[in-house]
Amino acid sequence: MLTENWASLSPREKFEERFKSWMNPPGVEFATPEARQAYQERTQNLKDAVELKKPGRVPICPFIGFFPANYAGITAEEAMYDYEKLGMAWTKYHQDFQPDSLASSFMIGPAPIFEKLDYRMYRWPGHGTPAHTPYQFIEAEYMTEDEYDLLINDPSGFWMRRYLPRVFGVLKAWEGLPPLTDIVELPFVGACVIPYGIPDIQESFKTLLEAGNMALEWIGAIGAIDGGVTATLGIPPVLAGFCKAPFDYLADTLRGTQPIMLDMYRRPEKLLKALEVMIPLNIDLGVRTATQNNAPFVFMPLHKGADGFMSDRDFARFYWPSLKAVLLGLIEEGLVPYVFVEGGYNTRLEYLADPDLPEGSIVFMFDTTDMEAVKKTLGGKQCFGGNVPGSLFRTGSPAQVEEYVKNLLEKVGQDGGFILSTGTVIDEADPEAFKAMFEAGRKYGTY
Amino acid sequence: MTEKLVEAIVGMREKEAIGLAREALEAGTEPMEVMESCRRAVEEVGKRYEEGEYFLPELMLTGQMLTQISELAKDRLSTAGAEEKRLGRVLIGTVKGDIHDIGKNVVAFMLDSNGFEVKDLGVDVPPERFVEAAREFKPQVVGMSALLTLAFDPMKETVQAFEEAGLRDQVKIMIGGAPVNEQIKEYTGADAWGKDAVEAVSLAKKWVGGV
Repeated sequence: MLTENWASLSPREKFEERFKSWMNPPGVEFATPEARQAYQERTQNLKDAVELKKPGRVPICPFIGFFPANYAGITAEEAMYDYEKLGMAWTKYHQDFQPDSLASSFMIGPAPIFEKLDYRMYRWPGHGTPAHTPYQFIEAEYMTEDEYDLLINDPSGFWMRRYLPRVFGVLKAWEGLPPLTDIVELPFVGACVIPYGIPDIQESFKTLLEAGNMALEWIGAIGAIDGGVTATLGIPPVLAGFCKAPFDYLADTLRGTQPIMLDMYRRPEKLLKALEVMIPLNIDLGVRTATQNNAPFVFMPLHKGADGFMSDRDFARFYWPSLKAVLLGLIEEGLVPYVFVEGGYNTRLEYLADPDLPEGSIVFMFDTTDMEAVKKTLGGKQCFGGNVPGSLFRTGSPAQVEEYVKNLLEKVGQDGGFILSTGTVIDEADPEAFKAMFEAGRKYGTY
Repeated sequence: MTEKLVEAIVGMREKEAIGLAREALEAGTEPMEVMESCRRAVEEVGKRYEEGEYFLPELMLTGQMLTQISELAKDRLSTAGAEEKRLGRVLIGTVKGDIHDIGKNVVAFMLDSNGFEVKDLGVDVPPERFVEAAREFKPQVVGMSALLTLAFDPMKETVQAFEEAGLRDQVKIMIGGAPVNEQIKEYTGADAWGKDAVEAVSLAKKWVGGV
């Protein structure tokens, strides 16, 4: 996808190139002319929304979790273990609901591989949670308070020798691996490969190789499922790239909520330094994943900067600067950060409207934030959307959902630059009530 | 000493607070007096949280300071301490199938700092454990927490379990968590819902006949 003169292109030219490639995807053979046309309409509508124009129709791009499994009558456990059932369920969801963005089966994860590696950071159905319950994160200090310097000086080394041995039982022996950067000059080479002769380290690599084979099988299945949905229904992949706000990267994955909040008082300088180190890592992660998957969007779910987590002073010091740097880094590469602002952001909206962020370059999707305030602050500056509450699909009637969507579109969607979506990731929903969101979007979402 | 200790805790100066408490205890101050300063500090921290000046980092650091000071004071406590007068008892937990605990912990902290005796059952608590614990602990209020939309059914089942056990009219049930709202309150059969820890405290106070 990247053109030969990539390095000499401006951010806006890169943006155009990425959209061009996404809208005319090489290697996708559409099953019918209708599918091709639907794909082009959908991608054009999304591009228009990003560019703050009025698209042909408002894009309808819900956040989807395990809903397709529940809808198709399979368990979450089956979705994670049986790729055939996964494909059946995910295809059925797209056929019956016709969303404007792909709900990738990738997100469900290959549980056989998690078992193989003895993954300890999550519980998943059949492995700590009931068969119908999606996977859940186990919060713990996967990095201890005295390991900041290790992380700051050598993130990959920290990952290899501390983090991975903690979260994967079979990689426990990697604690004993020397840093790869020890390998310099002839006399040291022999010594540096000695650990790879030790039985339990050899065993860990053998298991990893087997997991690698399983991963190829899995990605083949995923590619066929997602590719099939795109080719037959013309539904584009949108959330194809991924990275995180540096604070969340540290807080969710490494330190845990309570420890990182204590770090803000006990070792603020170390924390700030680590956040700085996480900036290029996350930009690189976002750029690589979006480029590999040939889509211009990078999905970024925001967690611990929401209203109520920390004071405005701490948000301005610990959360926002590194997040802003990642956003700018992605925009520089022609990518559109697709930011899922989970929880409420009523006290943070001004930050999102930062004049350093070029207009029409980010998508902000909201959960419980007051949408009229969003419209007032971000309208005409950045594309936004979201907000239809997940609980409404459990407790509301289709008519109530229709009313909600109609009202939302009238109040904040009328000027374009808007994406209709759910405020939360949907696992369980009454199908009729959920469908009403799509129907209302198609009925009232034309400009 | 006492004012300085209160100020150090409320000002989030951890080292100073621990140092002051240690000095005081070593100088022979009654452990109960030190703990009384802590109680006053916690009250003030809770107030600032309610007023939107303090947030999770401050609550968590206060909790840490308290744990350390109680450790220091524990060894010197001569008597078990007169039974503290509490406003009432609240049983709390995150419901079955959900392992999120931050919101629940904040609610427990705020209830405690507002004078309630709180029993925290932790996360992933099945309905029968709520009921068993209620039989023993005899709370006036039961609080259920959830972050996942999937937890609505377990909440409903827990309310039903209280009914089946014949305890429903002896407790008031409140629910909370990001996806909870008025419809979910209706759906689960709880008595009330709250959007944050401050609302949880005012509900509990209302129910036990407090302020």
